[in-house]
Amino acid sequence: MLVNEKIAIEHGLKSDEYKKICKLLKRTPNITELGIFSAMWNEHCSYKSSRIHLKKLHTKGKKVIQGPGENAGVIDIEDGDAIVFKIESHNHPSFIEPYQGAATGVGGIMRDVFTMGARPIANLNSIHFGSTQNKKTKNLLRGVVHGIGGYGNCIGVPTIAGQTSFDRSYNGNILVNAMTLGLVKKDKIFYSKAAGLNKPVIYVGSKTGRDGIHGASMASASFDEKIEEKKPTVQVGDPFTEKLLLEACLELMSGDSVIAIQDMGAAGLTSSSIEMASKGNLGIEINLNKVPCRETKMTPYEIMLSESQERMLIVLENGKEEIAKKIFDKWNLDFAVIGKTTNTKNIELFFDNKQVANIPVNTLVENSPMYDRKWKKSKLPKKNKINKTIFKSLKIKDTLKKILSSPNVCSKEWIWQQYDHTVMGDTIQKPGGDSGVVRVHKTDKAIAATVDSSATYCWAHPLTGGKQVVCETWRNLISVGAKPIAVTNCLNFGSPEKEENMGEFVECVQGISEACKYLDYPVVSGNVSFYNETKDIGIKPTPTIGGVGLIKDYKKMITMDFKEIDNIVLVIGKTEGHIDQSLLSRIILNENNGPPPEVNLFNEKNNGLTLLNLIEKNFIKSAHDVSLGGIITAISKMCIKGNKGIQIKNPKFLINEIEYFFSEDQGRYLIEINPKDLKKVSEILDKNSVHYDEIGKIIDKEMIIDQKTKLTIDELKSYNTNWLKSYMV
Amino acid sequence: MKSSVITFPGSNCDRDMDVALTKFGFKNKMVWHNDQELPKSDLIVLPGGFSYGDYLRCGSMASKSKIMYSVINFAKSGGLVMGICNGFQILVEAGLVPGVLLRNKYLQFICKNVHVKVDNKENTFFKNLDKKVLEFHIAHNEGNYFCTNDQLKEIEDNNQIAIYYCDQNGNTDDHINPNGSIKNIAGIFNKEKNVLGMMPHPERMIDESLSGEDGSMFFKNLLNNIK
Repeated sequence: MLVNEKIAIEHGLKSDEYKKICKLLKRTPNITELGIFSAMWNEHCSYKSSRIHLKKLHTKGKKVIQGPGENAGVIDIEDGDAIVFKIESHNHPSFIEPYQGAATGVGGIMRDVFTMGARPIANLNSIHFGSTQNKKTKNLLRGVVHGIGGYGNCIGVPTIAGQTSFDRSYNGNILVNAMTLGLVKKDKIFYSKAAGLNKPVIYVGSKTGRDGIHGASMASASFDEKIEEKKPTVQVGDPFTEKLLLEACLELMSGDSVIAIQDMGAAGLTSSSIEMASKGNLGIEINLNKVPCRETKMTPYEIMLSESQERMLIVLENGKEEIAKKIFDKWNLDFAVIGKTTNTKNIELFFDNKQVANIPVNTLVENSPMYDRKWKKSKLPKKNKINKTIFKSLKIKDTLKKILSSPNVCSKEWIWQQYDHTVMGDTIQKPGGDSGVVRVHKTDKAIAATVDSSATYCWAHPLTGGKQVVCETWRNLISVGAKPIAVTNCLNFGSPEKEENMGEFVECVQGISEACKYLDYPVVSGNVSFYNETKDIGIKPTPTIGGVGLIKDYKKMITMDFKEIDNIVLVIGKTEGHIDQSLLSRIILNENNGPPPEVNLFNEKNNGLTLLNLIEKNFIKSAHDVSLGGIITAISKMCIKGNKGIQIKNPKFLINEIEYFFSEDQGRYLIEINPKDLKKVSEILDKNSVHYDEIGKIIDKEMIIDQKTKLTIDELKSYNTNWLKSYMV
Repeated sequence: MKSSVITFPGSNCDRDMDVALTKFGFKNKMVWHNDQELPKSDLIVLPGGFSYGDYLRCGSMASKSKIMYSVINFAKSGGLVMGICNGFQILVEAGLVPGVLLRNKYLQFICKNVHVKVDNKENTFFKNLDKKVLEFHIAHNEGNYFCTNDQLKEIEDNNQIAIYYCDQNGNTDDHINPNGSIKNIAGIFNKEKNVLGMMPHPERMIDESLSGEDGSMFFKNLLNNIK
């Protein structure tokens, strides 16, 4: 088949990109080569619109062993142990086929982690759906949850935390972001950099089929009315094979046979082989007849572009083929030597004894397009002038009921009970807390992980929103007693070809970077998902941050449930009464404008580190950060979890009661302490200039706000737990 | 006391079971499904997981593994065999305990703590156990125990029901049944009571930091009963 510009454009390439290919090759590419270029140069693989901005992220720190650019990031957790982690999007496929889309998202991110030699120890996810009124939402939610569970449960890795949100802007583009953490010894980390000449290149795992061809290109485009036709581009997952692949790879990597290893994810054999060659500054030669195929008569084009799941590419030391083969035979997996490393710095493909492609690796990687797209700066919206008489007309009890049972606040038990969150026997904080926590097997250490995003804040003001998400994960980690170490980010946006969307991206990234730098909380891995857009309508900007922290002594872990009657509850951090963009504003006052709450990085850091200090000194009995729905929502959750009530003190503040209880000012926590410790605790807070209010005292089974406003814990529970269950029936 | 845990392709609670058995004093060995012979053991455990991906039917392919011939012989000669979750499904498929395990009633995977009532203590697994109601943990998609009326009669006549799902006070009402199991059955013995299959995972309840500690009680008691 002769290649021309029209065919190139059908492959998602732009006209000038096609010209650039011809210029780089000094000839017209053949169809296989064109397919390879289109796979490597699409947005998903090349980061062509985002690269220039991602460079600005704060990625360095004392605990960083490996930052962005590898299969996953790696951080040091002392004693020779390291945590490998990353988050990745699987948005486009999950909308087309929710079960398989979500399942293969989980499978893909786990491979990224065990490719580096780490055993996965925890999964998390952040999933976003359209309005609950939208007729597709329920089925998409059910499919995605089944898919995540179906894959993760089978592998036997606990799903320990997550986030679910609903917003109209996801009606035509849901988001499925999956995150995995793995544990590895610092001196047994594996990378994707090939090294040495004439080293055997081996293929292991599932056979290659025709599924998922052009999956990465599909994920680099917007949706239109022909979306159903894209179903064949969605990959089909087989968690059983992945489990075997995981065990086989870890068994192989426990020896000294592997030089480099790379999973075949987006763009399959193409990107994995090119990645390894590029990092090693080498060439690779592959005989495509050797690739184990599931279907007959597959062409080189199909073999190179298939996104069949559960496959790995490995560069072995010479002479280790037999040892490796034995391991993969034991696990009943395909094993084939398909090529070797060369000094040509080209990727050379052979099929039926003919050369079918010959491309210099640097043209695919270093010379891939990079765009500095136009972007529009956003202004901080003006504050809304809310008529204070409206507050007087609101009853706290009714308002709280509406907030606790709203889709974005209600209990997500219906979801996480479908995920195995206890397998591996180290889960010490289950989903539903501020962070999930797993012990580092056979040690006193534990790892806390959380995932969060605040699309509403980012939409209102991307710079503030970007900072806020980072801080929110930081608080989630502190609340369980973990020292935050690093983050991974999944940047979900609309089309980068639109100035507004590009502006949202640029400024969210800037916000993330500023916060990460200030908090010494670097970004070590992540991915970008653009074109979350259907028929020209894009999603709200949704950067998702996955935060990871260390608890040195797991017995000091904190949970949010109220522990003991007569203990005192304090609010750490100042409550200014910021209502714009709060849940109260959006769902009670029906007001969507105004700025998000301001993020003061000094206070975030100071409040967080002071609280960690209090935890270290054993003063804290329970803790919870204040987020969506404000103080009263946070207190309600602590009551529900602890099955205890609270007598709230008459607040002695200048702002209105409603503002005090429902505002979403940042940098705040609720903490429970024993009355005998109040003096010492307040001394420490004062010494560190941390603002605090005493909000109440724990009592039995009732939340008493004032003489007229009382709620039983059972009432709170029923508001909070029933909504999702009844919605999903 | 010596124990052996069988690892099938797709087992994923084999390590957890090894940790639990070792913690309470068993000398445990891991045995590969493709081996022919069992090491000398006082207890054989078939762990949870998704052997062979649960393809075909849960436990079906694993029940035909090479090692299962030895496990079946071991059981038939009176040896203690315990199948947890997927292990229970394998026991059912191997015909070592009666009945079948269907998909959960609400067609969803369930992971949560449950209470179970121990009715029958005339056996090595539960003899001398202090408590009648234990808090265990379930994590399964196919734990809906079913059998024919004739089978049920036989099971009841022989006292083969090991544990029932119940509330914390031991009431076995229908509404606390998590998966639709007939009679709230969570675990069952063979006629001779040397083979136990159960859906709950005691190995996930062996530490106060985990879901609870009733698993510790179960394992300690089991070890004492075998001694």
